[in-house]
Amino acid sequence: MYSYWKNNQLKIAPWIFLAPGILMFSLYVIFPIFQSINLSFYQWDGLGTKTYIGAENYIELLDDEYFLVSLKNNVIWLVLYLLAVPAGLFAALFLNQTVRGIRIYKSMFFFPFVISQVVVGLVFSWFYAPSNGLLNVILEAFGFDSIAILAEEDYVTYGIIAAGLWPQTAYCMILYLTGLNSVDPEQIEAGRIDNARGWRMLWYVILPQLKPATFIAVVVTIIGALRSFDLIDIMTGGGPWGSSRVLAYYMYEKAFSEYGFRMGYGAAIAVVLLMIMMIYIATILYRLYRDERGG
Amino acid sequence: MFPTPIERTKPFTQLLYKIALPISIVIWLLPLIAVALTSIRSGADINSGNYWGMPTSINFVENYTAVFTDSPLGYYIFNSFKITIPTVIGALVLSSFTGFALGVYRFKLNLFVFFIFVAGNFIPFQILMVPVRDLSLSLGLYNSVWGLVAFHIAFQTGFCTFFMRNFIRALPFELIEAARVEGVSEFKIFWYVVLPLMRPAMAALSVLIFTFVWNDYFWAIVLTQGAEAMPVTAGLNSLNGQWVYNQHLVSAGSIIAALPPVLMFFLMQKHFIAGLTLGAVK
Amino acid sequence: MKKIFKNQIALALAGILAGTSAVAGTLVINGDTSDPAPKAAFQAVIDGFEAENPDVDVVYNLFDHEGYKAAIRNFLSADAPDIAFWYAGNRMAPFVEAGLFAPIDDVWADQGLYSLMASSAPGMTMDGKKWGIPFTYYNWGVYYRQDIFENLGITVPTNWDEFIAAGETLKANGVTPITIGTKWLWTAGGVFDYLNLRTNGYDFHMALTSGEIPWTDDRVRATMANYQQLIDGDFFLENHAALSWQEALAPMANGEAAMYIMGNFAVAPLKELGLDDSSLGLFQFPEITPGIPMAEEAPTDTIHLTAGAKNVVDAKRFLAYTARPDVQTAWNKALGQLPTNAGAGVADDKFLNQAFKMLNDNAPGGVAQFYDRDTKAEMASIGMEGFQEFMVKPERLEKILERLEKARQKLY
Repeated sequence: MYSYWKNNQLKIAPWIFLAPGILMFSLYVIFPIFQSINLSFYQWDGLGTKTYIGAENYIELLDDEYFLVSLKNNVIWLVLYLLAVPAGLFAALFLNQTVRGIRIYKSMFFFPFVISQVVVGLVFSWFYAPSNGLLNVILEAFGFDSIAILAEEDYVTYGIIAAGLWPQTAYCMILYLTGLNSVDPEQIEAGRIDNARGWRMLWYVILPQLKPATFIAVVVTIIGALRSFDLIDIMTGGGPWGSSRVLAYYMYEKAFSEYGFRMGYGAAIAVVLLMIMMIYIATILYRLYRDERGG
Repeated sequence: MFPTPIERTKPFTQLLYKIALPISIVIWLLPLIAVALTSIRSGADINSGNYWGMPTSINFVENYTAVFTDSPLGYYIFNSFKITIPTVIGALVLSSFTGFALGVYRFKLNLFVFFIFVAGNFIPFQILMVPVRDLSLSLGLYNSVWGLVAFHIAFQTGFCTFFMRNFIRALPFELIEAARVEGVSEFKIFWYVVLPLMRPAMAALSVLIFTFVWNDYFWAIVLTQGAEAMPVTAGLNSLNGQWVYNQHLVSAGSIIAALPPVLMFFLMQKHFIAGLTLGAVK
Repeated sequence: MKKIFKNQIALALAGILAGTSAVAGTLVINGDTSDPAPKAAFQAVIDGFEAENPDVDVVYNLFDHEGYKAAIRNFLSADAPDIAFWYAGNRMAPFVEAGLFAPIDDVWADQGLYSLMASSAPGMTMDGKKWGIPFTYYNWGVYYRQDIFENLGITVPTNWDEFIAAGETLKANGVTPITIGTKWLWTAGGVFDYLNLRTNGYDFHMALTSGEIPWTDDRVRATMANYQQLIDGDFFLENHAALSWQEALAPMANGEAAMYIMGNFAVAPLKELGLDDSSLGLFQFPEITPGIPMAEEAPTDTIHLTAGAKNVVDAKRFLAYTARPDVQTAWNKALGQLPTNAGAGVADDKFLNQAFKMLNDNAPGGVAQFYDRDTKAEMASIGMEGFQEFMVKPERLEKILERLEKARQKLY
């Protein structure tokens, strides 16, 4: 036995090391994904028996007004949340100096990322409050009418996205600050000699070197946009009348809220979101694969 | 260095920049400053609608103690620690094993397993919602601190494995080869050679995982119901419902709830940033 | 969960020690009185019962108030207690239909509850049988600024025309007639309920909420027309979709608004905001269609005998105990709510006294349980969102009614 071990250590050892991690991960992540996919073909209220209904949940989804609104909102999130990337870049450029105390400024700029989305949601709810919120106080001071952003179906999603951009921009900023630190100084000098200034320097010399940072920033931001749940739950509960709903929130409502308990239907919504995410996950994996094979 | 180092520009631009910095910080943190300001107002101010004027009295001590005495917030914070600290330890343990396995050994399924960990970390976790809740119910872990710990350890292992594996890959392989030549067993190599070198990675990860798990809201509301196991994120939300008119108290509660990750961040900034930016630089 | 386990061990041990008559002396109750006042109040009830019945040992399993709504679906089938807390009306229908509750007509007959609990009786009846004991309810109504009304010479409206006129007078003097916060939706359900109860009556309202009547029916449209009259007349607080019901209290407290269609739990916070018995009053929602018996909203908390109960004898004794006037008086005094037994007494509070009279004497039409309890859960959320949308965009009535009808078709 022992000699078998000694001879085959290199082959067996990795699997022993991997075992606990794979076990937990499979149990809590991998199997549940398949369980959810399976569940989406059933009708179940969480208690009684599961009834197989084939693709009925999905057919119902196509006709579901709330689902389509959620889908639309997710697209808006996907597009607008990406503003965090250029915003983070400019914040990084702004802070990439060596004046005294710049470290403190950088830390403080990063603050919003460290606090919980619950707090961000509460803070921005107060900010947007109709009569007393800071936003309306400022608007009225300048002579504009006050708006109740979270009560207007046309503005509410944008208001929540603005709240979400606050921490996300901080995150992108850190990525870019680190990236800027490792930009090749020789190339910059060469560019300066060639009289490249400002925008041209940024576009042709700096940005290409920031590609890894940009890649990660975009990936994390897209995943964050599709996952957004906390802010919507805290700020509007999906309202007004469901106009700020997103898929991540809708599936929670359908499966777990007091008015839901339709587990199969919630699972179907989850599968749709997963399919959308898979596009991005596949891109990331492909990129990683190329890196691994190439490097 | 890009943009042009400020020392090389005209003095006027330098001055402009030095003024712009503090102004921009104030505008950026305005929402937080507003919350901090509200948290020291007195209840009378709030009731009379005086939100943004000069506070009539500074009620710092009263408000912050009231938060602890009048509500279970202290208990919620305790729960958050009970959930976060075991998760950090558990995730570090599991991922140092898996990161070692994937980083040091070459075997056929290496990349495949690695990709599973990566992909699993990027999925929308709502898809795990129903099965994980059922799993917790059947394991008897529903509405308990350990139920949340078990899930978070499992889920964060994905990200941590990715991190650890890349970190270990960058270590000098000669050390391991030398140890193998001397006939040291694999486990001893892990324990005595590699693990000590992983300390910076573990520091970075512990800060990140602490922040992510402390700030988690979704799984808190899915896997817990009552005050016994509820962490501070979900607890703050329920307090907001009870205390709608006491914005000074909710503000104080929010600041307290946000404090631990912020402190962690300030104390271990370098590690934090190192953790987040891994891979951002070629 | 752990509590149940420990209690089961206790039960088993008691069984082993006591021999064959093991279960006779133990009564298992599951409840959700997790807030301090209800918790203390019910503990007093248990103590009183045990004092009068020394041979019975009550085991009480306390669940978190919100968590209970999910837990009950598990424990009623898996491991039922003898007695469980729940709610009346259509809310208890799923459990009755699934055979998880047991009828207790004998207790009702013995305690004379058919007369003493006349107003809440319809909500406890299904298939002609009685399925539990209601022990408390709280009233809804129109809470109003008595002093503002007096200053402007407005008398309390008793019918729709007077109600509209009162609102117009208020508006002419810069006061918003009705304050409301619909961010979390259910408040709009309360307004709809009253309008429908007064326009079409209790029986119609119950039929509508149980999904028997299409939403495009003319009678529903009549209710919505009345609703629209209020909306078009700018009766409601501006921006209510961004406000929770608590945030809508301030305008009433500082005189910007004068009426609130709300439950009596609003009284305490309003008093904290500075109102008192002279500035705050309550009136019954006015009649709309003449001749329809007035029905009220009074969400009722109930306790039930479960179908899986092991100790039926003692359970029925306990249920009879909770129905007694003296027990209900003490219990409700601690809860600050109203006893369902007309023979019980109320705490000496202006609003409780008035509401007690209103529900016992002036609600011949019956007692509704509130929209989100009277209706199937999923339908409720779609309905309330529809009401909120209607309140801000009344021009979308057709689309909203169609959507509600589509949901009704699917769910019922």
